[in-house]
Amino acid sequence: MVAKKSIKFIAILVLLMTTVSTFANEGGEDNQHHEKGNKVDTPEEIKEYIAHHLKDSHDFHLFSNNETGTHVSFPLPVIVWSSDGLRMFMSSEFHHDDNGHVIVEKDGVKLTKIHSKIYELEAGAEAVAFDEHHHAENAHKVLDLSITKSVFGMLIAGILMFLGFGALAKGYKKGPIPTGVGRVLEPLVLYVRDEIARPNIGEKKYMKFMPFLLTVFFFIWILNLLGLTPLGFNVTGQIAVTACLAIFTMIIYLTNGSKDFWMHTLWMPGVPYILRPILAVIELIGFVIIKPFSLLVRLFANMTAGHFVVMSLIALVILMKEAFGPVASTGVSLILALFITVIEILVAFLQAFIFTMLSSLFIGMAVEEHDHH
Amino acid sequence: MYNLIGAGLIVIGAGLGLGKIGGSAMEAIARQPEAAGKIQTAMIIIGALLEGLAFGALILGK
Repeated sequence: MVAKKSIKFIAILVLLMTTVSTFANEGGEDNQHHEKGNKVDTPEEIKEYIAHHLKDSHDFHLFSNNETGTHVSFPLPVIVWSSDGLRMFMSSEFHHDDNGHVIVEKDGVKLTKIHSKIYELEAGAEAVAFDEHHHAENAHKVLDLSITKSVFGMLIAGILMFLGFGALAKGYKKGPIPTGVGRVLEPLVLYVRDEIARPNIGEKKYMKFMPFLLTVFFFIWILNLLGLTPLGFNVTGQIAVTACLAIFTMIIYLTNGSKDFWMHTLWMPGVPYILRPILAVIELIGFVIIKPFSLLVRLFANMTAGHFVVMSLIALVILMKEAFGPVASTGVSLILALFITVIEILVAFLQAFIFTMLSSLFIGMAVEEHDHH
Repeated sequence: MYNLIGAGLIVIGAGLGLGKIGGSAMEAIARQPEAAGKIQTAMIIIGALLEGLAFGALILGK
């Protein structure tokens, strides 16, 4: 059984490595497309590199050698809805170009990639023309349904959760004590139930919201931890992802609001009549805008800041090389980066915990029923 | 330039707030060590709310 598994694992590894080396070779041929052929050794270029890493992209960029123009990356599928219907191809067809130089033609639709966004060229255009603000003049954005790096990360998180919790659920059919991976997951599930959901939502109603809270908790936690791997995921640092999660929370607490909750929000009892409409406006803004906004900004900013700090500390190798020599700069940046990465492991858990905690707090506010006195 | 000064002010404010929360939590735990878990949870929630405010200001001021 173990031998079979390890054979499978080795086969996958070999497959992955051949893909990497293939694209490494392919990148070497088209270095003429690359505008910036010089080394990343100025602060501006490091900043640009970090900003590029924080954004979503259409391939897994592992590393580049700008002197030889070699890029090592995994391609991901590009799926776009253009003016002439659906087009699908691998992102390797762009040959790592991100400035609109390489134009991919698919059944009469010309597509190009500018700053990680897919553009479609207007009919008759052969090359992208830019105005003085570097906006494309004869191309427009298309509906991009690609499996980007973030989407891929979310799929991985989904599959991991499906396998892990599937195994946990199956374990309970055999007996009360879970086996294998379930032994790790059971205490975490109980932790979310007993420390987060039950005290904040209340004994009677917490069970209804457990599926959502558990999903959000493990989804954020797994994605935060994936962000610490060298593959360069930054899924929970995408504002769209955190915004969606916050909107889910908002919809859940607004649709499950009790009569008392709406009474206290819209027509606060025990307050002079003249103040009630003002309070209603404030409360509504709080529940519809401020609470989801604070949820989404907190997660987004924390993860972005974490990635930024780790990458800046790694960039110290280059920045301090001139002053302190290669060995000292590498040592200092390694120690600092290791320290921050360990803290980031804690932050990864803490942010998942905080998001779930505040979600359950808001849900608890909404479902609470007051004694009438 | 001004946004850097603003960022500094935000960090000062957030630092004062976090220091107050942390200090009060320490005192509370020292007085009632058996309630440490509850105090920690409450501390983290308030810390998160404060942090949300600080990050919101930093992002809006960017």
